[in-house]
Amino acid sequence: MSPLKLAAIPLLMFGFGFALVPLYDVFCDITGLNGKTGRIEAAEIDASQVDTSRTIEVRFLANTNTGLPWDFQPLVKKMEIHPGQVYEAVFRVRSASDRTTLGQAVPSVSPGLAAEHFNKTECFCFTEQELAGRETLDMPVRFVVGTGISDNIEQITLSYTFFSLDKG
Amino acid sequence: MYTETTHDAAHGEHHDHGPAKGLMRWVTTTNHKDIGTLYLWLAFIMLLYGGSMAMIIRLELFQPGLQWVEPHFFNQMTTMHGLVMVFGAIMPAFVGLANWLVPIMIGAPDMALPRMNNWSFWILPFAFTMLASTTFMEGGAPAFGWTFYAPLSTTFAPDTTDFFIFAVHLMGISSVMGAINIIATILNMRAPGMTLMKMPLFVWTWLITAYLLIAVMPVLAGAVTMMLTDRHFGTSFFDAAGGGDPVMFQHVFWFFGHPEVYIMILPAFGVISAIIPTFARKPLFGYSSMVYATASIAILSFMVWAHHMFTVGMPVAGELYFMYATILISVPTGVKVFNWVTTMWKGSMTFETPMLWALGFIVMFTIGGFSGLMLGVAPVDTQYHDTYFVVAHFHYVLVTGALYSIIAAFYYWVPKWTGHMYDEKLGKIHFWWSTIAVNVLFFPQHFVGLAGMPRRIPDYSLQFAEFNAISSIGGFAFGLAQVFFLYIVIKTIRGGEKATAQVWEGATGLEFEQLPSPPPYHSFTEAPPVR
Repeated sequence: MSPLKLAAIPLLMFGFGFALVPLYDVFCDITGLNGKTGRIEAAEIDASQVDTSRTIEVRFLANTNTGLPWDFQPLVKKMEIHPGQVYEAVFRVRSASDRTTLGQAVPSVSPGLAAEHFNKTECFCFTEQELAGRETLDMPVRFVVGTGISDNIEQITLSYTFFSLDKG
Repeated sequence: MYTETTHDAAHGEHHDHGPAKGLMRWVTTTNHKDIGTLYLWLAFIMLLYGGSMAMIIRLELFQPGLQWVEPHFFNQMTTMHGLVMVFGAIMPAFVGLANWLVPIMIGAPDMALPRMNNWSFWILPFAFTMLASTTFMEGGAPAFGWTFYAPLSTTFAPDTTDFFIFAVHLMGISSVMGAINIIATILNMRAPGMTLMKMPLFVWTWLITAYLLIAVMPVLAGAVTMMLTDRHFGTSFFDAAGGGDPVMFQHVFWFFGHPEVYIMILPAFGVISAIIPTFARKPLFGYSSMVYATASIAILSFMVWAHHMFTVGMPVAGELYFMYATILISVPTGVKVFNWVTTMWKGSMTFETPMLWALGFIVMFTIGGFSGLMLGVAPVDTQYHDTYFVVAHFHYVLVTGALYSIIAAFYYWVPKWTGHMYDEKLGKIHFWWSTIAVNVLFFPQHFVGLAGMPRRIPDYSLQFAEFNAISSIGGFAFGLAQVFFLYIVIKTIRGGEKATAQVWEGATGLEFEQLPSPPPYHSFTEAPPVR
């Protein structure tokens, strides 16, 4: 094998290293691992699909990452829900700073296998959130747990972490 | 490139000119023997440098509490020790052996790309100078462990991390060029009659290792490039705030990292497969199964990386897959160990120094393999993860495995390289001194690990004190033994009993059958006959 042909292998593998990043995302999307949640339009929900025979406990967690002086709490800590029905949970965030601050929330659902059945019709995640000094804001999350969720799952935790977007 | 080679060969017909005189010989050399020597010396210097950091680690851990160094400096020591030993000592030592041995084993006049060979080597001193210089800079050397997990190495790392990133890039470029050179040499420059399945196993294991290198070193380069852009150019590969994922770093790193551990052990298998038949005076048992086992290990090494990450939060299906795949590797590895044992079975064995080191390798590498099996079992790994049990495991495979094979290779081939026999008595003292010390050093670490002592800490609970004191004493003794080794190396180069061309009674292969000891500066300018 000529050296030039051999040199193509490391070049390809260097690209492959970067390709791993989207590949892992694709893999997580397909398998529902990594706690990435699904998204669903409100119109797609069929009210007759509610499975009242099952009850799942959904718990809410709220955290702020370092450098963001926000107090971030869910208004209710947990909810009993039926698969197929739409619920709303409200998270309250209050800035402890006098300045205007900028943050962004990243959601995570555990157990990971529940994530693909955890669909949100409305969410404040992945959008930049600006708070004026001392401002308080209520942020709703509307979600529905798919009826296809495994029988083994009795409890789901929805966690949000706010990260600071203020540079410097 | 090719015209240059013909030009050199034409020169060689007039007279067999030796090396140039003076320091510039080493700077400008394109001779595979010179470059092999340079690699081996670099590896030895790095072994002593990395070893001196290990001495600081063992000194601090000799007693509980903080006696000698600051915790941040301790973390720099563990990190730099790992980086220097992996990238500076073990890998260059094997590349040095490949440079010295591959051409004279396959009957080639030199490496296929001699000028690139020079460049591959001379990048390394600069890379390691840059890496080591961070110790004296504000912020200090890398202190985030040799695995440099994000976000410790991105968000929370000092500015000196950029020197580390660039040093890793340079090492990667050097390794990739070295690997391409080795593959090109093996595939294109074998003497007529030297078919692939007649090649010595050292050549086979290096051919496979070289393919691993060109496949995974660029992935490491990608990982550190992502770190660099995360640190300075606003990307978020490993930063959750921007939609990235720190666990992604571990996946990318270990996609490189697991094949890397086989890069450090496959050439060792080749060395042992050369030494055992010589001193058992029997041909290697199961040659072709050795080749296939090496290839299987290499292929499997790409499919098991997440066994380093059992505790990051993986679904059961993932843990099961990675557990089964990991344990599957013990099958081809077992084939190798049983083949070596069978080679010795009913052989006329003698126990010269190289054989002692090779036997030490087989016994203690197998101990490291067994603790590896334990770590590969996902449910119990939760207990072992990031404890001293892991430290004990990978030092058994890397010190008594890879390093022992390198020392064995030195004693086996140094009479061929220099024309001088080493001092047999000193060699045996070196072996027994090292072997007792290394077990005093690492065996107790299994126990403290199982009892829950975490790795990478400068201080520990009182109940671990005795085992750590024992371990430190073993550490100092092992360190001193390698200074003694330096004395043996210098003594052997400077003089000693004249070695015969065959060196060992049972030695086979072109380098022992067709070349004098030491071989001429340019050997096999005409292809040797291959039986």
